[in-house]
Order: sequence, then structure tokens, then C-alpha cells
Amino acid sequence: MTTVAAGTGGVAERAGDGADSAATPEPQHGLRTRRRKEALLAYGLLLPALVLFGVFAFYPFFRNFKLMLYETPPVPGLPQHYVGLHQIGQTLTSTQFTQSLVTTLIFVVLVIPISLILGLALAVAAHRRLRGMAIYRVIFSSTVVSSVAVASVVFGTLLNPVVGLLPWLGINPNPPALESTTWALPAVAVITIWQFLGLAFIIMLAGLQSVPDELLEAARIDGANAWTRFWRMTVPLLSPTIFFAVVVSTIYAMQAFGAIDILIGPMNAVRLHTNVLIYNIVNTNSPALGNNTGEAAVMATVLFLITLGMTLLQLRFLERRVSYAR
Amino acid sequence: MPAERNRGAFVVTDLAPPDETAPPEPPGAGAADPGPPRRPRRRLRTLGSYALLTAFAIIILFPIYVTVVNSLLAPDQLVHQPPPLFPTNPQWGHYVTAWTSGSMSKYMATSAIMTGIIVAGQLVTSILAAYAFAFLRFPFKRTLFVVCLATLMIPLEVTFITNLDTVTSLHWFNTYEGLSVPFLATGFGIFLMRQAFLQIPRDLQEAAQLDGYGHLRFMTRVAVPLARPSLAALAVFSFLGAWNQYLWPLVSTGGSTPLYTVQLGLKQLLGSQVSQIPVSLAGAVIAFVPLVILLLIFQKQLVRSLTAGAVK
Repeated sequence: MTTVAAGTGGVAERAGDGADSAATPEPQHGLRTRRRKEALLAYGLLLPALVLFGVFAFYPFFRNFKLMLYETPPVPGLPQHYVGLHQIGQTLTSTQFTQSLVTTLIFVVLVIPISLILGLALAVAAHRRLRGMAIYRVIFSSTVVSSVAVASVVFGTLLNPVVGLLPWLGINPNPPALESTTWALPAVAVITIWQFLGLAFIIMLAGLQSVPDELLEAARIDGANAWTRFWRMTVPLLSPTIFFAVVVSTIYAMQAFGAIDILIGPMNAVRLHTNVLIYNIVNTNSPALGNNTGEAAVMATVLFLITLGMTLLQLRFLERRVSYAR
Repeated sequence: MPAERNRGAFVVTDLAPPDETAPPEPPGAGAADPGPPRRPRRRLRTLGSYALLTAFAIIILFPIYVTVVNSLLAPDQLVHQPPPLFPTNPQWGHYVTAWTSGSMSKYMATSAIMTGIIVAGQLVTSILAAYAFAFLRFPFKRTLFVVCLATLMIPLEVTFITNLDTVTSLHWFNTYEGLSVPFLATGFGIFLMRQAFLQIPRDLQEAAQLDGYGHLRFMTRVAVPLARPSLAALAVFSFLGAWNQYLWPLVSTGGSTPLYTVQLGLKQLLGSQVSQIPVSLAGAVIAFVPLVILLLIFQKQLVRSLTAGAVK
């Protein structure tokens, strides 16, 4: 156990990030051992997290690149053989992959605008100061805790052609939505939107609350009506939040796996129309279905690069916003 | 030392603001006393707001309401038109069926154990690592912090392929270790706790050191108790993530006695027969209840952790 006397380095440095900055003058001998002890303690504290990250995040991340270069043997246990970039090219040009990518894009386009507009609408409605608003806010954010399985069971029943509601409303599509090549993907999108709505609301409300009231008040006194204030002031001021929400929801939508797995499944006739990238990856990797780890690794990298691109775009956007604002 | 201090680390979206005393609205805006000429218009607007809010709330809650109602209906009522909007003869037996023969009790236990391990593990690893980043000086500090944050960029879709191999070769396939160990550390948690620790005033640390506190004692007696709000936010966030996991439990369990979590259990409960529907809906309600409780008790912490990334 290290004990550091008052006024030594460990205390003086705390607020800063850098390893070495101006240390308090100190007799040489004691300082060194103290420093070493402190560093040892630090590494000891970091060890559990770093080991876990190494084994379960960085190792798989880098191994993924290696997997892309090796062809998976048809029977497990046989040696993998090196095929270089061949497998990457083959996967990226296969119709299965391109169709899957297109399906993913359609799905993202179905989910994002609607969930963000709804999230913003809810946030604007809940931003006023009214009695009992806390209750509405809890309700609006409630779907954030719903799991994909719960949402799937809930909506699977709502869309069930036999259960009372749809037939009573006179909506009786044949084939039912989840077995229709046209409607299966939008149905999954509706589930994802409902599930994401809570988070979209929370993010948008946080953004709205950071818009300074004085600005809007000044605009109101200058005679700007609510509509003008919303479009000319709130939305521009909210743009970093909106952009953040776009990135989060894109990543969220691209990970929509559970609803498809539960409601469509690999045996359903419409599976090719809901074969989004993440679903394709899992099935391709599955020993029972695709049994092709190499191809799955290539597609996983594509998914990672899209996510990375979105995040970097957001960082640049935020930087520009900040420098513009100051 | 007020615990409120480290709230500054986040943009706080309070779900429960001090409504009644808010300045922009003149006092008594919602009250029933007739006032100056502007009042009636304002009251009409307030009424309109409530109507809109209530409409939104009904739309959002409708699927959940229907689920609860349908879980209590007998199969012949379920297909009845118009659909009953209230269970006149509630079939509580569906919940018993889901819990016993539907194995929901087993799935809930599995989920609870897995979630417990993950939450505890994430809290411990995050506190330890964050303490080092916030209070200690050591070479490569900045680099190692970036390394921790970089893990946030590596998605599960990329790692699950290899992690499945790793877990299998450790003989952890279909075990609690396999379900939880890959998630025992989190870059987000380290970030969150470091932010909280950095809010602790230096004077306090100096005073503790004068009192002869070493680092470990300072961490457990002072730093961690002061960072409780952030700790709670992290715990709620971890709980939500772990409980609702789907992909990893799906690929890392299986065999003749699969260690299914609640989410995978729900998939098993789903049947194609109408008679099975209320039971699977009852299962969904059972799986959802812990999260509703979580939301009602810890909404503030939950919102805080969810918006922590929204601000630079």
C-alpha cells in the first residue's frame, strides 16, 4: 500500500492528464521510489480491465483481419488455408452481400427519419413546464428499457392475423405482414422505431434543455413566432444533438438482429428480404447454417467501417460546430 | 461534502424538473383562478398541450397495454372481434403456466445471475481503472486511457466471431462464465467513473493524506462514496445492457440443456398456436417487469448515463 505525503507529485498532478508535468521540488531519493510505487499501483489497478479488453476486444478485432484472408474448411477441424484478398473480393461482389447491404440501407432509411422526427416531436411537447410533466417524460422514455425480445413478442402479437385487433380493423393482409416480402422489413422497422423512440426522446430532450432560454426569449420579444423560433433557432442550435442522434440511431438500426431472429427466422420464406447485414453475418458464421467464418469476418469488417465512418463524421461535425460557435 | 458535486460532469436531463416553481410560467398558470386578459388563451394552450401529451402517451403505451390485456384473455376471447379492451375474466393462470411449464422462472434466474455478475464486474473494473486515471501518475497514462476508450469503437458484430472461439476453447460455452466474462470491463464505465473522480476536490485528497490515508483507503472510504451518483448511473446502464442482451447469449449458449436468458426464453415461448399466445405474452410481461421497476426507481440515473455521450 502506497502512502503519499501531502505535496508530492501524485496530488499536484491529479487534475491534468499528462504523465509528467511540473512536479513539486522534492528530495531525489524518496521521490523516485514513491513514483515507482505509484506507477506500479496504477498498473495493478488497470490490469483487470486491460486484460479483459485485450482478450475480448482487441484480440478479436485484430484476428478478424486475419480471418478475412483464410478460407473456412468445409468440415470443422481441417486446416484453414490462406487465400489472401481473394475471399474479400469474392464476398464483397457476391449478390448475397450486395442484397444484404441494400436491405440494411433501406432498413436504416425506414428507421432513422421517423424515429428522430417522433423523438423530437415528443421532446418539444415535453419541454414545456407543466404540472405532471414528469409522468409524461417517464412514459415517453419508457420504451428505452424494453428489450428486443419483449418488443418482438408484443408486436408479433399485434401483427398476428388471427388475434382480434387487425381483423377487427379490417386490415387483413394476405399473406400476413411478417410473411410478406413487401411488409416484413417495414414491420421489423416499426418494432425498432418503437424501441428506439425512448432513447431518441431522451437525447432530444437533453439537447432542448441545453438551448439557452434567454436566446429564445429574446427572439420572442423581437416578434418571432413559435414556428420561426423553432425552425430558425431551436433546430440550428440543436443540430449537434440531432447529428448525434442520427449516428446513434444508425448504429442502433444496423444492430437490429433480435427482432428479425425472433419474428422472421432462417426458415421463413421472406428471410432474403429481411437479410440485413448483422443477420447475414451471424447466419454465415453459424456452424449449422453458413459455416463460413471467413466470409462473416469480411462482412463484419464492412459493418465496423460503416460504424466507424459515422462516428468520425460526427466528431468532425462537432469540432466544426464548436469552432463556429466561439 | 455534497454528493451532488459530480453532477457537473454530465448534461443533466432531469425527467423530473421542479415543474411547479419554474420561472417562465407565471405562478398559477394551470390553476383555476380567472386573471388578466392573457390568461384564457394561455389556459387554452395549456389544455391543448395536455391533450397532445396524453395522445402521445396513449400511442406509446398502447402496445404494452394490449399485451397486458391479451395475456389475461382466454384463447377464444383473444380472437374475438371487436377485441376486448379489458380482461373481464382475467386468466392469471397464464402467468403460472409461463412461470412453471414455460420455464420463465429458470430463464429469469439465469438472467439475474448473468446480469449480477456483469454489473458487479463492470463496477469493480471501472472503479479501479478510473481511480488510476484520475488520481495516479504513471507512464503512458494518456495512451492507456485512449486504449480504454477505443474499445467503445469495436462493435460486438466484429468480436463475437472470435470470442465464440475463445469461450469455446476455455470450455465456457453454455456457462455463466461464457455469458458474462467477455463483458466484465467497459470503456464507457471507466470514462464515466474517471469523470466523477476528477470532480473530487484536491483539498479533500490532501486532507485524507494528512490523516494517513493510503490510496486504497482513500478510494474505498472517500472517492467511491462521493462518486455514488455516477456509480448508480453506471450500474443502471450496465444492468439494462446486460439484461437485454440478445446476440451474445444466442450464439454462446446451446446444446441439450441450453443456458437460456430471459430474452432467449421468450423466443422459446413463442408458439404458433393461438392457445400459446397469452402464455408468451405473460412471459413478455414477466421479462419486462424488472425493467419497469428499474425505470421507475432509477430514471434519473438512467437518463444521466444515456446522455453522458451526447455532450462533448
